[in-house]
Amino acid sequence: MKKQVIALAIAMLAVGVASAEPYDTLAKIKSSGEVTMGVRDSSGALAYTIGDGKYVGFHTEMARRILGDIQKQLGLPALKIKEQLVTSQNRVPLVQNHTVDLECGSTTNNATRQKDVAFASTTFVEEVRIAVKANSGIASIKDLNNKNVVTTTGTTSVQTLRKNERATGVDFKEIMGKDHADSFLLLESGRADAFVMDGQILAGNIAKSKNPADFKIVGEALSVEPIACMLPKEDPAFKKAVDASIARQIKDGSLAKLYDTWFMQAIPPTNTKLNLAASEATKAAWASPNDKPMEDYAKK
Amino acid sequence: MGNWDWQVFLEDPGGKIPTYWQWLVSAWGWTLAVSLSALVVALVLGSVIGVIRTLPDNPWLVRLGNAWVELFRNVPLLVQIFLWYHVIPKMFPVMASLPPFILVVFALGFFTSSRIAEQLRSGIQALPKGQRYAGMAMGFTTPQYYRYVILPMAYRIIIPPLTSESMNIFKNSSVAFAVSIPEMIQFAMQAGEETSRVTEMYAAVTVLYIISAMVINRIMAWVEKRVRVPGFVVAGGTGGH
Repeated sequence: MKKQVIALAIAMLAVGVASAEPYDTLAKIKSSGEVTMGVRDSSGALAYTIGDGKYVGFHTEMARRILGDIQKQLGLPALKIKEQLVTSQNRVPLVQNHTVDLECGSTTNNATRQKDVAFASTTFVEEVRIAVKANSGIASIKDLNNKNVVTTTGTTSVQTLRKNERATGVDFKEIMGKDHADSFLLLESGRADAFVMDGQILAGNIAKSKNPADFKIVGEALSVEPIACMLPKEDPAFKKAVDASIARQIKDGSLAKLYDTWFMQAIPPTNTKLNLAASEATKAAWASPNDKPMEDYAKK
Repeated sequence: MGNWDWQVFLEDPGGKIPTYWQWLVSAWGWTLAVSLSALVVALVLGSVIGVIRTLPDNPWLVRLGNAWVELFRNVPLLVQIFLWYHVIPKMFPVMASLPPFILVVFALGFFTSSRIAEQLRSGIQALPKGQRYAGMAMGFTTPQYYRYVILPMAYRIIIPPLTSESMNIFKNSSVAFAVSIPEMIQFAMQAGEETSRVTEMYAAVTVLYIISAMVINRIMAWVEKRVRVPGFVVAGGTGGH
């Protein structure tokens, strides 16, 4: 029995020791000729799937362009891009253990995550909003008293919601969906009265739903969050290459064009328009690229 | 040990619950509530189904019991949870008003009941046929000889697998997170995300799962010892009579 306890303790220690050490992603890409990018299946127009293992979206396309620039920089004749589906719960560990080299989805850049991973320049600034059924009569967070409110497990929105609950004194019942699609299903099936999440994820889920007109996004922005590509910590050369590509895409206007494609034009699979123009905060992030965490935005 | 940070449990998650450790305790409560309620459902249903599968001269009841076992043990538990949560309320609108807790208890309880039914059936069939005939020769009715002769022996025989099943139900309750029950796995995922202290959160949750399962294990071991019939099942031996 004692031996088993010691073995268990050693195993747990070994897990604890795996931490950030210098790493060279570029060398790994160069020697193997392949790179793994993290993709999401339901992160709104930022990153989603249209089925058949095809992943698209503003950040997914941007990531492909970043990797294209890196291929050029490394002088590789060919670069095999592997796509790894990640979820809100496993994305940070997968980047930490280098299963995924670059994750461009809907990850909020915040101070706690910066302890584990690094972030590229912010390319999208998200506002946390409330989605409700169009006929629900809910117009702001005050109307959520005694209502069922769903958010997705493993996202920062859950904490945002809780903090708002404490600040406003509104008492609601919190439900946590397994993923965004599950959370939206809870709203759709009436188990939840409101879905609190990043505005564009809400817009994306609504646009993809059977009857988009049944839903609307209401209320004030509950928090403002910079969204950025996530990459391994302690790898300055890789971060520099990614940031340089983002700066290039901003400078030659291709990023703004890409934004227009995904947020203003009709997008697959249902050919609906999100009509979500770039916010002032997003434009500001493009004007002066930075990797400031969410906490720095709140201080303003 | 430089990477551990247990003080994270004293931090404030920013909601109704003041610290993470208190939130963990509440999550543990949900895990225990789901598991123990499901265990009750599983024991009661499993006993009924297990008995009717061994009834003589009742082929339709036996078939019903067999169908029950095959239905609930052949569908993955996670699928059963989703069926109870998303599909059944659509088919029977009455069910839509039931809280998710009840639906999860049904799913977990029914799933486990099929396994307990199978164990009880094999326990009853492991008894020598003579026991049944002896009961009948005494003039007992079927319910009477089950109650006074067969079941007391069958339950004693199946206590070891029943112990595994009771421990399993605690571990299986972790799927409840998929339908928004705020139990320990959901806590670990969410708190790990908020604090970036995933290892500590899962370590704490693992310890609580071990404690919960071990307590049930000890209770069952105590029951096994208390109800042992001297000379019937050889303790620590190779079994037999």
